[in-house]
Amino acid sequence: MQLPAEQIIDSTRNRWLDLKETWRYRELFYFFTWRDIKIKYKQTVLGFLWAILQPLLMMAIFTFFFGKTLKIPSQEVPYPVYVFSGLLIWNIFSVGLTNAANSMVNNALIIKKIYFPRLIIPVSSILVALFDFVMAFILLIALFIYYQQPIQWTAAWYWPIALVVASFGTLGLGAWLAALNVKYRDFRYVIPFLVQVLFFLTPVLYPVSMLPHPLLKYVVACSPMYAAIELFRFPITGVAPVADLLVISLASGFILLIGGVLYFKFTEDFFADLA
Amino acid sequence: MKPILEVDNIGKKFQIAHLAGGYLSLRERLVNLGRASKNEVEDFWALREVSFQAQPGQSIGIIGRNGAGKSTLLKVLSRITRPTTGKIVMRGRIASLLEVGTGFHPELTGSENIFFNGSLLGMKRKEIVAQFDEIVAFSGVEKFLDTPLKHYSSGMQLRLAFSVAAFLEPEILVIDEVLAVGDSEFQKKCLGKMEDVSKSGKTILFVSHNLSAVAQLCTHSLLLDKGQILKQGQTNEIISAYNDLTMAAGQTSNVAIANGMQLSQARFELISEGGVPQLQFSFSIQQDQVNVLSGLALLFYNNLNERVGIVDLRSTRLFKISSTHANYQVKGRVTSLPLIEGTYHMGLYIASNLFQGNKYHLGYFEIAPRPQEIMPYPARDRGYVEFDASFDIIAE
Repeated sequence: MQLPAEQIIDSTRNRWLDLKETWRYRELFYFFTWRDIKIKYKQTVLGFLWAILQPLLMMAIFTFFFGKTLKIPSQEVPYPVYVFSGLLIWNIFSVGLTNAANSMVNNALIIKKIYFPRLIIPVSSILVALFDFVMAFILLIALFIYYQQPIQWTAAWYWPIALVVASFGTLGLGAWLAALNVKYRDFRYVIPFLVQVLFFLTPVLYPVSMLPHPLLKYVVACSPMYAAIELFRFPITGVAPVADLLVISLASGFILLIGGVLYFKFTEDFFADLA
Repeated sequence: MKPILEVDNIGKKFQIAHLAGGYLSLRERLVNLGRASKNEVEDFWALREVSFQAQPGQSIGIIGRNGAGKSTLLKVLSRITRPTTGKIVMRGRIASLLEVGTGFHPELTGSENIFFNGSLLGMKRKEIVAQFDEIVAFSGVEKFLDTPLKHYSSGMQLRLAFSVAAFLEPEILVIDEVLAVGDSEFQKKCLGKMEDVSKSGKTILFVSHNLSAVAQLCTHSLLLDKGQILKQGQTNEIISAYNDLTMAAGQTSNVAIANGMQLSQARFELISEGGVPQLQFSFSIQQDQVNVLSGLALLFYNNLNERVGIVDLRSTRLFKISSTHANYQVKGRVTSLPLIEGTYHMGLYIASNLFQGNKYHLGYFEIAPRPQEIMPYPARDRGYVEFDASFDIIAE
């Protein structure tokens, strides 16, 4: 590891994000992600298949109840394709957020004994969720073929942008909750509830155009996942996201990211004392 | 030459909130919002005005009683927790070993754990790959590399963990009590490895209760007490200062063992029974709840803090009483003390729901030299035990 010739620990040291230092520890991102993926699928018969199976079963259930029974419109694409594409992005958020929020407490033993930039832990939790995404993405391609769903070539940049928005939006909220969870263990119980509420407030199962009250759209747009899902679906449905809603959603994601990471950085020095 | 480590006026303050639950809960915060903060918050300085320097290649021992601030100092030095005051300058790569096998996961295999633990300790992937065979050879667990760690014996886990740490190459190495575990054979191997490290010009900061290990490894030492440096200098001087300190403070009657569990009226008295020294002991355990004791033993230490023996105090009676009574007294007598002359101190091993571990310096006694016709050999050459023996010399 290339360390500077002189390292200083100062009680009045500034606490801003030290990207240089984080870069020196870059291999730990890989190792934490690698460890979590290994552990997640160890001693399971189906292994990595779980990453596909879980969203697949959800899709089947939602298609039956919301697509077939309630006949929710799905912007001219088959409902299974519509809901599955939304679920994939949503799972980055729900899995990533849950893991990130609990990550500091789960790794308390390590935090108390070894120093490294703490942000590596929640970031790696989100990388694990991205791994699940990649596995399930293969199935999405299969669905496209099965339903003969045409994809616009703009997917080449909309999909990566959607992934970036989803990951950073998740990181913002995840880092914030992770830091709060170290101090107040209540958040352990708040998180599943929060994820569930947000699921219904995010247009995974339904298009926003369906919402009866215009004000409700703005509430929905406050979640950064609105932008991620709409951007991801754009090349599939051909329906462009509503501009002002998109801006609100991106802005809220950005604010969450800055706020969450800053709160994390300001409290991380005391994690070892509290965990 | 500039010192490799400069510690300047380090202090660490904790706020102890007197809470029942242990963790702060949001509800308490919300409930307390309205009123003036009635939570009794007490400032506690775990470290105060600690300053010292280390030259390259110097090994420094840090000794002190339980709760003197040794571990906190190491945590501050390893950047795990942030000092409240002061500044530390380090001119080299630092690695800390506050525990062996940090991050070991039972579900991962031996080789997977080597990689994860190594990278946590600051090794590059490339370095681990390059030294992998040596690490495995040092640990002696070649056959089980692809077995999940949960199937390892605790000794094997420890060997694997220490082997990874042994291949770290920092300029400053911070070590906390890691030698306190493992069998004596392995402890010797570790100590040897650490001597090699210090001889190769690395700086070591070493915390241990094992004073003979400190004396062997470190030329200089610090004596910490109540968060402050009481004395620093040559290790042998510091060890004798430490022994004076522990002896002066020895007659404590009440010792908190854990939250809600305390030891009281501990008495260790040497009596003479027909010229033979015997040790009378008694102590009470008081708790705010019934708390089953599964382990209890008297521990005997010499003035180098080496354990010379134990008295196992477990019995079916103990298990029974501790499962029905919150308070009870243990009293008895050690009828033979075949020890060489010197000062000894008593500790207690306790295993229960509330606490598991050792408590040191609960009492002291002095064994006088036995009357003998010839001037005895020096005590340091005579090991630990004074055998009772008789012999005749017969001319032929």
